[in-house]
Amino acid sequence: MIARKHFLSAGIAAALLFAMVPGQVFADTLIRNARVHTASATGTLESADVLIRDGRIAAVGSKLDAGTAQVVDAGGKPLTPGLFGGVNGLGVEDVSLEQGTVDHAYTPAATMPAGDMEHRPEFSMGDAYNPDSVVIPVQRVEGVTFNMVSPSSLPGGSLFSGLGGLAVLDGRAALLPGSKVLFVALGSGASPLTGNSRAAQMMILRQAFDEAKAPAADGGLLTSAGRATLAQFSRGGRVAFSVNRAVDIDRAVAFAREYGLKPIIIGGVEAWKKREMLAAANVPVVLDPLNNLPGDFDSIGASLHSAKWLHEAGVPIVFHLSGDAAHNARKVRQAAGNAVAHGLDWEAGLRAITVNPARTFGVNDRGEIAVGQFADLVLWSGDPLEVTSLAEQVWIEGRVQSQESHQTALRDRYRKP
Amino acid sequence: MPRRHLLLPLVAISAVAAASEPYPSTYQPLPAQPMLIRDATVLVGDGSKLEAGDVLVRDGRIAAIGADLPKQEGVTEIDGRGRVLTPGIIDIHSHLGVYASPGLQGHQDGNEMSDPVTAGVWAEHSIMPEDTGFDAARAAGVTSLLILPGSANLIGGRAVAVRNVPATTYQAMKFPGAPHGLKMACGENPKRLYGTKGRAPGTRMGNVAGYRQAFADARSYLDEWERYEKDLATFEQSAQDKPKSRSKDKPAAQPPKMPKRDLKLETLAGVLKGEILVQNHCYRSDEMAIQLDLAKEFGFKITAFHHATEAYQVADLLAENGTCAAMWADWWGFKLEAFEGVQENIAIVDRVKNGCAIVHSDSSEGIQRLNQEAAKAMTRGNAMGYGITPEHAIRWLTLNPAKAMGILDQTGTVEVGKRADLVLWNRDPFSVYALTEAVYIDGAEVFSRANPSQQHVSDFLLGAKVQP
Repeated sequence: MIARKHFLSAGIAAALLFAMVPGQVFADTLIRNARVHTASATGTLESADVLIRDGRIAAVGSKLDAGTAQVVDAGGKPLTPGLFGGVNGLGVEDVSLEQGTVDHAYTPAATMPAGDMEHRPEFSMGDAYNPDSVVIPVQRVEGVTFNMVSPSSLPGGSLFSGLGGLAVLDGRAALLPGSKVLFVALGSGASPLTGNSRAAQMMILRQAFDEAKAPAADGGLLTSAGRATLAQFSRGGRVAFSVNRAVDIDRAVAFAREYGLKPIIIGGVEAWKKREMLAAANVPVVLDPLNNLPGDFDSIGASLHSAKWLHEAGVPIVFHLSGDAAHNARKVRQAAGNAVAHGLDWEAGLRAITVNPARTFGVNDRGEIAVGQFADLVLWSGDPLEVTSLAEQVWIEGRVQSQESHQTALRDRYRKP
Repeated sequence: MPRRHLLLPLVAISAVAAASEPYPSTYQPLPAQPMLIRDATVLVGDGSKLEAGDVLVRDGRIAAIGADLPKQEGVTEIDGRGRVLTPGIIDIHSHLGVYASPGLQGHQDGNEMSDPVTAGVWAEHSIMPEDTGFDAARAAGVTSLLILPGSANLIGGRAVAVRNVPATTYQAMKFPGAPHGLKMACGENPKRLYGTKGRAPGTRMGNVAGYRQAFADARSYLDEWERYEKDLATFEQSAQDKPKSRSKDKPAAQPPKMPKRDLKLETLAGVLKGEILVQNHCYRSDEMAIQLDLAKEFGFKITAFHHATEAYQVADLLAENGTCAAMWADWWGFKLEAFEGVQENIAIVDRVKNGCAIVHSDSSEGIQRLNQEAAKAMTRGNAMGYGITPEHAIRWLTLNPAKAMGILDQTGTVEVGKRADLVLWNRDPFSVYALTEAVYIDGAEVFSRANPSQQHVSDFLLGAKVQP
């Protein structure tokens, strides 16, 4: 690698300076001569221009007229949609092991003295998300522009993890409207939450959703807010089931069908075994393509080829990381690269971290480089799925994002010549 | 003289107790045919590179390296064109086998969380050789690794170097002649675990008091044994010098009483004698400096700091002390002591004079792509203008960990006479798309991507269908 290769080109540096002026109205931008990975059916366009107007992509083509837009010369480098960071606690978790910085799990029964187990599907990440979390810029400078902020189920909590939604990582506090997802934990990981049997998971799920239709006479599981939440999802709402074992995936999808939910599989280690069913039902699978070891008896079918097998069967795939996922969100593109190394089509790998997560979670105006989409873009030093490439510039809704983070500041303090 | 022979076992137990191998290696190289890998790009491991290099392997050892080596009778030739040959990858921080897959309760054997100082336990006695993780690591080019106890304790026990061959017993994996390691841990883990149990240590100062007391005890123990050995030698000498001097009036001199063995102190005494290499889990730069002072106070050396997310802040200090840092490329933030991690860590440690940077995994996932971790670290260094080449960066995975594990004389570089631990990659290993084509340990092919019969399947996965 050539030294200083990644330094900002003059055009980008100018754009950055411009963007740093407080209160400045953002100019339109023409990114000229990029290798444009559209993540759409159009695929990759060589030496293409992308015109950004009012925060959206106004044109994609060659030799576009800049008009009054400022021009950024991409020098033939790759341009992609902004990347997805995964399904994780970004913005609701600063330091995983410091309880006071972690807000992604409701665990009343874990307190001392233990509270009663409560099922609170209405527990919502939108009430906790911190857009200024120091963890966020660390991901954003690496090209991560949006993320599913998800609740989790931990000991002392419930199999209803709660409500999550997509965050656009430009400092806004509100999660994207229309991206609300109910998270439900199933399988051996959630077994201690349901009397130590996965059979009780289906039992409680049925009881709760039935209760949402007709409140129980004898007390019941949910608050009125919980019933309202489930009733809302019963009309085709997105419910993300964290589940790995093949037969449990079958049961989750069947349950969703019975109760009118739109299912999403999270984890899905053995989803490849059910790929025909998932493809036919158009059920997306959010998986960690690096997960190839049998972590438990739900994951004996773990394979580095899962992503390829699912994609080739027609299942929509989305990538995330399964371990310490918030801090490692920037590593999702490496995970995609590994899936490609193990046979996944490269364009499919890119879509799994751009357009697929947007569509999976109900967002249609981001995720591709296409006219009308929000201009969430990343300019790369090289192949965006390659570990030797770096993000050089990041735009969210057409605005240049700062390339500074806690880590770049530490680097600059301690770097050696 | 029969009398002396009788005494020898006693001496053996005492003087070299820490270094002896009561659980000896039974490792035997697998049968291997001589082979000549031709026209590969060879990243030698010592910082150099050969384009279109030939490597001859005979009797499990590297027999010749060069260009256009002569064709030889009975030597299988392997086409290395377009491929990259590296030394076998070495992971200096692994818990494979001691936290085997599946990661259920029955496999939680990596942390003896019953006392803050458990120097008497040996990780090797927890290793399950049939951990699927060994197979996955082998497929990723890992040929040797150091398996350590976890970091719950101030002093967690002994680490062991193993050869990553399929085996039924750990002894058959144990790296012959490799020194033992000692796992120590700084910071949050020990103080959290024991502090929440209402016992020491509950603070970082409590941690340090714990190490100091342990090594003070070890010093006394070692003194006691050395005094005993001296007395024993004197006794034997006098018995030899005056074999017939026993008179009826004088009672015969009695041999000195052998001190009681203490397995915990025996390990720490081994550290003080320099026979056991200290591998120290330590994130924060200030704590690394304290650990280096601790080592000076008691007269031992810290071979490497592990995890070392803040090593970049004290890179010079580490280099001056001859202490390596084993690091991740980008893990950070999961606990407070890991919050100041930067992706330039490895490159900065490597940058200073005599810097010794190692890429480690501490993870059954990470161990499968140490080449990618090194690639990320190299890229970050080059973004600072360091100009790091692949032939230099491969040292972080080969030469440097071999040095810090005390096995560099046997492996870690592609060098004539060394064990033929080799990886043939389908392309530049500093790419996310690179895959191993073949992995050799002592010249025997232990993994072939093209040939499923050369892909060991663990007992656990036998009969499980992982094919569409």
